[in-house]
This record gives sequence, C-alpha cells and structure tokens, in this order.
Amino acid sequence: MTSSSRQEAPLGTSTPHAASGTGSSAIEADPVEPLTAEQLAAEWDEERPPHAGPLANVAAGVVTALLGVAGVAMSLSMGIGTPERPEAGMWPLIISLVMAVLSVALLLFGRKTLDAEAFSSSSLQVAAGVGTLIGFVLVIGLTGFEIPTLLLTFFWLRFLGKETWRMSILLSAIVTAAFYLTFVVALSVPIPHLF
Amino acid sequence: MDIFGPVLNGFGVVLEPTNLLYCLIGVVIGMLIGVLPGLGPAATIAILLPLTYGVEPVTAIIMLSGIFYGAQYGGTITSVLLRLPGEASSVVTVFDGYALARQGRAGTALGIAAIGSFFGGTVSIIGLTLLAPIVAGFALSFGPPEYTALAMLGILLVATVSNGSKIKSIIAASVGLLLATVGRDGFTGESRFTFGSLSLSDGLDFVPIAMGIFGLGEILYNLEERHNKVQAPAKVANVWPSRKDLKESSGAIGRGSVLGFFLGILPGGGATIASLAAYAMEKKRAKNPERFGRGAVEGVAAPETANNAAATSSFIPLLTLGIPANATMAIIFGALLIQGVTPGPQLVQDNPELFWGVVNSMYIGNILLLIMSIPLVGVFVKILRIRAAILAPITVLITLIGVYTINNSIFDIWLVIAFGVLGYLMKKFGFEPGPLVLAFVLGSLLEENLRRSLLLFGGDPAGFVTRPISGVLLLLFLLVVLLPLLQKAVKKSRANRSLNTAPHKEKEKETV
Repeated sequence: MTSSSRQEAPLGTSTPHAASGTGSSAIEADPVEPLTAEQLAAEWDEERPPHAGPLANVAAGVVTALLGVAGVAMSLSMGIGTPERPEAGMWPLIISLVMAVLSVALLLFGRKTLDAEAFSSSSLQVAAGVGTLIGFVLVIGLTGFEIPTLLLTFFWLRFLGKETWRMSILLSAIVTAAFYLTFVVALSVPIPHLF
Repeated sequence: MDIFGPVLNGFGVVLEPTNLLYCLIGVVIGMLIGVLPGLGPAATIAILLPLTYGVEPVTAIIMLSGIFYGAQYGGTITSVLLRLPGEASSVVTVFDGYALARQGRAGTALGIAAIGSFFGGTVSIIGLTLLAPIVAGFALSFGPPEYTALAMLGILLVATVSNGSKIKSIIAASVGLLLATVGRDGFTGESRFTFGSLSLSDGLDFVPIAMGIFGLGEILYNLEERHNKVQAPAKVANVWPSRKDLKESSGAIGRGSVLGFFLGILPGGGATIASLAAYAMEKKRAKNPERFGRGAVEGVAAPETANNAAATSSFIPLLTLGIPANATMAIIFGALLIQGVTPGPQLVQDNPELFWGVVNSMYIGNILLLIMSIPLVGVFVKILRIRAAILAPITVLITLIGVYTINNSIFDIWLVIAFGVLGYLMKKFGFEPGPLVLAFVLGSLLEENLRRSLLLFGGDPAGFVTRPISGVLLLLFLLVVLLPLLQKAVKKSRANRSLNTAPHKEKEKETV
C-alpha cells in the first residue's frame, strides 16, 4: 500500500500489486485498492512519529499544574475582592484553579493516553529552525530585513531542506529579491531595510 | 418586509469593482496558501490576516470571505491529490477523492468538489440570510448572565468535540483564558501578568497569537515530519465533470447541503460531523455501497458539499450571538473585531450595511471560488509539485514580515515566535490548539459579562440559575461535562455485570 504510493508512478499507471480487497468488483477498469477508513487510519498512524510514553503526559501535567499554581499565587497578590465587588484577581484565580485541578486530573487519569509524540533527532531541526528565527529578529533591527532574509532562506533550504548548494544560493537570492520587490517597492511597508 | 432593502443595498457595495478585485485576490491567495501541505483553513487565514489590515473594513471583510472559501478549497485539493486532508472535515474526502485521483480522475474529483462546495455554500448562505435576523432578534434580550453562560458553553463544546484528550483541551482553553487577562484590568485598572513590561500592559494582540499558534506552530511541526511521501500528479486532466458524474452526484449534493446546513449551526465540530454524516448517508443509500472507497463520485460530492455548507452555517452563531463555533470562526471573529465589527445580536440592527456586507460577500466569495478553482487547478498542481523544503522558508518569512507590518512592531515578531514554539509543543504533547485560541478570543467577553452579572446579582451566583435562558444554558453545560463521565460509569458497571453473568449463561447453555 505505502510502497506503491511512495513511488513516483504517475496516475493511472498504478503498478500491479497485491490488490487484496478488490475481489470481484469490476466496476472500475483500473484495479484500485479500496481505501477503507481503517486502512487509511492505520497508514496515517504508521507515518506518524512514535508515541511518547506516559512520561510525556506527566511532564505536560506537571508544567500546566505549576502554571496553574503560579497563576493562583499571582491572582491572590492582585486582590480577590468579594463576589459583590470582584477585584482584578478574582477571574484569573478561578481559571488558574480550574487549570491546576485539571492538571492533577491529567496526572491521575490521563497518563496512559498515548496522544503525545516522542521527540526524535529530527526535532533538532525544529530547534535549529527556531534558532534562525530568533537570529532573524535580532539582526533585522540592526541591518534591515534583506541580509537576515537571505541568510534564513539559505539556512532553511540548505540545512533543513537538504537542497543542493547551488539551488540554495540561487533560490535564497530570488526569494530575497521577491520579498524586497513585494514589501518595499510595491507595498512600501515601513519595514527596516538597507536599500 | 423591509429586510430585503438592506440585503440588496449590501449587494451594491459588494459588487463594486474594487471589492470584487479584493475578493478575487482573497480567493486565489487563500487557495495558494491553503494547498501548502499541512496548513488547514485556520492556519491559512491566520497567516493571511495582515493582508486585510490596511484596507477599508467592508473591503477587508469581503477579502476575508474570499480567503475563507479559498483556504477551505485548498484543503480539498491536498486531500484529493496528496491524501493529506487540510483539516478534519475533509478527511472522508480522501477515501474516494484519492481513489479517483489514482484512476487518473483527479480532475473529476476536484471539479465535483468545487461544484458541491458552491452549492452547499449557497444553500447555507440563503438559510443564513433568512435565519440570522430571527436568531439575532431573539438574542437581543440576552443580558450579561446569558452571555456568560453562552460563552462558557461555547468554549466547553469546542474543547470537548475536538478529537484530542478532553482534559488537555480544557487545560488549553484555560491557558487561552489566562492569556486574555494579560494587561490592564478594564474594571480596576490594575496591571495583570505584565511582569513590568510596557508592551504587555495593553494586553496581548489576537493576531500574533493566532499567527504563531496556527501558522508558525504548524510550519515548525511540518519541518520535523515531512509530508512528501505522496507525489502530486504532474497533470490533472478533465476538470469538468461529465454529465454522468453530475447526474450521479446531484442527489448527494442536494442532501449534503441540507444536512451540512443544520449540523453546521451546532458549535464544535460542525463541519467534521457534517462531512462524516453526509458520507455515511450516501453510502447507505447507494445501490452498490461497495463502490465507496474505490472512487465513487458521490463519495467526494457528499462530504465536500456538507462541509462547505456547515462551514458557512457556522457563521450563524458567530454573526448573531457573537460566539464562534470553531477555531476557524474564532480567527474570523478576531479579524472582524480588528475591522471594528463586533459580531453579535446588535450588528443586524445597528449596522445593517456591515452585516449584509458580510453575508453578501460570502455569496460573492462562493461564486468566485467556483469560477476560479476549476481553471486554476493546473496551477495548484504545479505548486504541489514544489518540494515542501522550498515552500517552508517562504511561508515562515511571510508570517514574520506579515505580523511586523500590522503594528510595525518587532515585539509582535517575538510574540509570533514564542507562540509558534508553544503551538509546536502543544501539537507534540497532544494538546489541541483550537480551544486555546477560541478561549483567548472569548476571554475578555466572558470575564466582562461574568463581572457585570455578579454586580447585577449583588454577588449571588444563584442568579445565573434562576434566569430561564442562562439557567438552561448552564444545565446544558453541566450535561456536556457529566454525560461522558456517566457513560463511562455505565459502561464499567455493564462490563462488571457481564463478567458476573457470564458463568450463569454457560450454566444455562449446559441445561439446554
């Protein structure tokens, strides 16, 4: 199933493979495997990164519980007031309490739900990507947007996208020029720029 | 009836050439961003929010409706060609849509989806035109207590209908509510959660949050998990469905429109449930149900019609009550607020030209979608052939520079990055981003009405229960909370009982 779709076979020329479920139905000339909901779900599951264990839920629960507790503490310092005369802290207090209680519920009952995804080595790419975004904002105020745009595009193409050197250099130049033309020349957006 | 006067006036505004042009641009750009793998309608609209900024309110709203319909259809294109639904409501389209694509009939699938979407959307808008003023009239008598109950119910429904863990969704919603309290308190003037930052004292803006959590978060998530396993076909032929296809699917389109309209009014997963129900209904009615999943045209027509009808009718709670029914509507709500339009029961009365402008722009957006989608299919197929690695940095830059252009503020870019990371982490840990954004949008409305009601009742919360409408709404709220728990308990006791009765049955068998 997956193997056939991963090939670059254009449509219509579906390679003959074990079309198990097609059976006797000769409605379509082309032997197309039925895509039942279960098969598709199973396939999507396969493509998904592996589940993170209960530990991920515990970690998430602890973080949100701490957030809730911090929210309670800060709301209390704002002043609660009374139901007749609520003060600034009343509403945040209620939400923070709900959050803390539900986080505890998550820790107690929701640990075994496997809906979290494990981090893998490719998660490092995301971290690197976020790093380039932070760099982008730090540089944009100093030099204008052209240089950081060029560098960010190049980095994403070459290192995150594994494009060739030539392709990356060429494309990042084109993208930067296109952004310059769109935002500075055409829309005259007051974004910091060099030229 | 003098409701037709304003309706027609609204058309006059919408049909001005500039407005038509902006709507057209909206549809095309909406589809362009919407076909990028992994970006559903909510993400697409979020990324494109800055586009609607500098324009006049009415024009901006018209452009927004174009973006809305374009983004919606963009998800259909990826479902059919890449087996990648943009959002939950086009998941069922994949079954027959992708099967058709593999038979070389992707064009037929896309064409019938466009026609069905147009039909469903139009039926829904007509329904909206007739129904909205009535609902709004009913809601005019709503006071702060009713709004409090309604907003709470809306947030709860969106959190519980979403497909993730319910506890996590409600935690996400409470994070959204807390984020809405950042800044100066409207009643006492005290600063809340600002940590001494001047940029935070005016509160958090909706746009960087939506763009970060939906837009950037989604892009970062896709960076890790590349979706280029399925290649888009090089060419899509025969976009016009044949007369036979149209005949086969006309019933499905008609039934899907009506079903979608009614299910879409419900808060939560309206469009998703509608598409599933329409698909199931067609499969049941079909003479040869085994054709479904192997490229039945009705299998594309029914869910696509129903989800567009539902997406359109979910504007009813937004425009008449001011309560967005799902994440996409939450973004539209935020976008309308930015334009100075406060959706709610007063809108029809106080600003009929704006209200009918919004409604009529939907007619136009829908028509333009039909006109543009079919000839442009070839262009989208070309875009889908471009590697995701090349599109990713471009979308990131559009997001970062786009959010800057709104307030010319570097701080907003920092916010987008922060919320982008939050959105990514939420996806990784199984938290739905929708409830957070929805709760953020409704947060200040909810707090304001809660505090007003408390003042009204002299601090006695029992007042909520004794007023009939808010009482009923709160009862519904309780039911939604308790029903799943009850079901679980019943299931457990039944499982126990069957364990206990099992030996008895065996004994009976022996005696027989």
